[in-house]
Amino acid sequence: MTAVTVDDAHGHGHHAMTLRQFINTYVFSKDHKIIGLQFLFTTLLWFLVGGLLALGIRWQLAFPWQSVPVIGNLLFAAEGGQMSPEFYTTLFTMHATVMIFFVIIPILAGAFGNYLIPLMIGADDMAFPTLNMLSYWFMWPAFFCIIMSFMNPPYGAGAGWTSYPPLSSVSAAAPGSASAQTWWLLAVTLVGVSSMMGSVNYMTTILQMRAPGLTMFRLPLTIWAMFITAILQAFALPVLTAAGFMQIFDRMAGSGFFVPEGLVINNADAESGGGQPLLWQHLFWFYSHPAVYIMILPAMGMVSDILACFARKPIFGYKPMVYSISGIAGLGFIVWGHHMFVSGMNPMLGLTFMVATMMIALPSAVKVFNWLGTIWGGDIKFTTPMLFALSFVSMFVIGGLSGIFMAATPVDIFIHDTYFIVAHFHYVLFSGTAMAVFGSIYFWFPKMFGRKMNETAGKWHFFLTFTFLNGTFFLMHILGAVGFPRRLADPYHYATFKHLLPMNQFITYCAIGMVASQVIFAANFFYSIFKGPKVGRNPWNANGLEWMAPSPPGHGNFDFQPIVYRGPYEYNSPEVETDFYPQTQPPPDGVEPAADEAH
Amino acid sequence: MGRLWSLLFLTVPILGVAIFVLAVIPGGVFDDHWLPVNINEHGQIIDDLFMFILYLTGVIFIATGILMFWFLWKYDTEKRTEPVKFTHGSHTIEIIWSILPAATLLFIAIYQMDAWASHKMEPPVDDHGDPKPALVEVTGRQFEWRLRYAGRDGELYTKDDIFTVNDLHVPVNEQIVIVIKSQDVLHSFFLPNLRIKQDIIPGMKQQVWFQANQIGQYDLVCAELCGWGHYKMRGRLWVDSADDFAKWLEQAEQEQNSTEIASASQE
Repeated sequence: MTAVTVDDAHGHGHHAMTLRQFINTYVFSKDHKIIGLQFLFTTLLWFLVGGLLALGIRWQLAFPWQSVPVIGNLLFAAEGGQMSPEFYTTLFTMHATVMIFFVIIPILAGAFGNYLIPLMIGADDMAFPTLNMLSYWFMWPAFFCIIMSFMNPPYGAGAGWTSYPPLSSVSAAAPGSASAQTWWLLAVTLVGVSSMMGSVNYMTTILQMRAPGLTMFRLPLTIWAMFITAILQAFALPVLTAAGFMQIFDRMAGSGFFVPEGLVINNADAESGGGQPLLWQHLFWFYSHPAVYIMILPAMGMVSDILACFARKPIFGYKPMVYSISGIAGLGFIVWGHHMFVSGMNPMLGLTFMVATMMIALPSAVKVFNWLGTIWGGDIKFTTPMLFALSFVSMFVIGGLSGIFMAATPVDIFIHDTYFIVAHFHYVLFSGTAMAVFGSIYFWFPKMFGRKMNETAGKWHFFLTFTFLNGTFFLMHILGAVGFPRRLADPYHYATFKHLLPMNQFITYCAIGMVASQVIFAANFFYSIFKGPKVGRNPWNANGLEWMAPSPPGHGNFDFQPIVYRGPYEYNSPEVETDFYPQTQPPPDGVEPAADEAH
Repeated sequence: MGRLWSLLFLTVPILGVAIFVLAVIPGGVFDDHWLPVNINEHGQIIDDLFMFILYLTGVIFIATGILMFWFLWKYDTEKRTEPVKFTHGSHTIEIIWSILPAATLLFIAIYQMDAWASHKMEPPVDDHGDPKPALVEVTGRQFEWRLRYAGRDGELYTKDDIFTVNDLHVPVNEQIVIVIKSQDVLHSFFLPNLRIKQDIIPGMKQQVWFQANQIGQYDLVCAELCGWGHYKMRGRLWVDSADDFAKWLEQAEQEQNSTEIASASQE
């Protein structure tokens, strides 16, 4: 527990700044809130890039080989504006890469983790502020590398975001892609460096800097999720980093870790050999499966906080929720093989991974039941953040249930690498995580900027996004049931898939609508930063510690020493008159301090 | 407004179920938008499992969707009639809703092990219990399927092997074993109508097996990204009657011999 610096709490902005002060305050800032906002703004920008890349994919699937609007004549003048098949491979590769490594992971851990952890545990800042600053600035070399990948032919890496060798590690297998793929590998590895710095910091901060009285079982579920996520990052990332370097060596030095003997590529013998392509898949998924949980657990935590606040009720089963998060994280390390059921690994191993994978559905189910238990018997206020949080639960059910199909190895034989999988992970990552992120932005925006976002615009944004996302992703289950494969630039020359064109066109229209709806969000976001109605410390009447600090909090966060008397979910407690009961509010006279009641 | 939002969430289970029902039943707007016809003796078990999981998850999907709608409808702040239930949960309920799904999931896992084994771990045997020899070796390369048939001696890798490209012929109603390998990068040998998919790893030979029970022409799809031309790596599977297959094989052999003679005489 550290003392809070009170004297500095009024922060900056009172006197004219020198350039040096400005740089120290807003650019190379060591304040967790500024770093969090830096992550937020940059990841939202990348979110736009990723969304536009997705529209490129959708264009080709709905109108194959037709002139691409706007950019077609710029990029493909020679072909009359029609995209090339290698460009299509870069579109889906870069869409996934941007969304996973430059949006979801950094927006959850980087933006919300940074902003919320010290505030929600009553600390003045992170344990290692300089390391924290570096975790953001190490994203920039990654941005540089990924932009370099975009600038080199074929204008992005084209081996899929999974970067399976030998396609990714032998340059001859993808002619002309020599440097784009190498830049891509460097970019992903550097994102890992940034995440690692963050994760060490989060673990230390949560363990060491909680306010007096804030026991582990009084932590908000957001913080529990961030804590477990940080552990996942710390243990899984080194494997990806090592694998990334191995593949860079394969490409640049011919080391051949992942390249078997005797390949004949483009009618020429490949130079190196003695390696094993499956090794990459094991190493890659050993990180990237836990990464799936890195991309959903913080969202689950934030959704829990929002649900309790607007159902005006304690979280149903707080401890089971904590155990579920931990259970998902633990099992998350032994299920990576389910990405490889048809990869050619020993089928016996497939059976083992299937059992573990089936079991990981259990903690997810428990969480869904507990969320439903939380809204049961509440006093539900349909605010914008609440709508996004509710849609997270509703959509996560779909993404969770469709996962059971893939966990079943025999069924996976048929649906692996089809649009059924595409539907599944978009229900988890877009309809789940991205919707939770939107909800969280609406929820914590007043804390971040001292102003509220417009509710009417927020609800329209919710309604349109929710409608279009289901129009986009739900029908992909049906495509997948026909066997419609992923990553094909033109699937329609197969007789089996010819008749699926109209459905794909419908999906593309919905996708365009979904991206267009984000204009409402962007306008609301930027307008509200400057012109939104000003709010006090606690506009939602919430219980968490972050709502006791000024909005926005100055340096050092709190202008008093927070002392915690209870968990963050005591809404409608019989101990007080109000329907909320902040963690820092001392119990009224004559009331015994409540024991930690969570069951 | 709470009423409208509750109804919006009710549309999730309603439309979700409606779309699946429309896809599953033949005819209608989503005709042919479901599992393609299965012609593999081993394939039915996969379809059955798919439907079993669909029904099971469907029940949970409907139940959670309706419950969510009902809670939102009933406990809407503008319309609710009861005081808030101040509770932190219930041990008993937590145990029930942990054990029930755990048992169900474990059951699904164990129930399907046989299907997996018959697809991936138990290659067909001949009358003597020896492994059935492969009819053809399929080699994936950017971006075509090279085929090597065991010729008259019924053995691969002998002098009379027959070579073709992309058109994979097999006789109907017979256990077929195929060796698959790759010459360059990863590919995946996907026969949608036979419920067969196996990634091919360069440097490794694998086997797939099936018994096709319907004559016709079907797609052979590459289902693992293999480069810019991945989309056009299309093969065809011809399921022939025993007679047609023999005739085709003979013809392929003759063509091969005549080109060999032609190229030999040119030298």
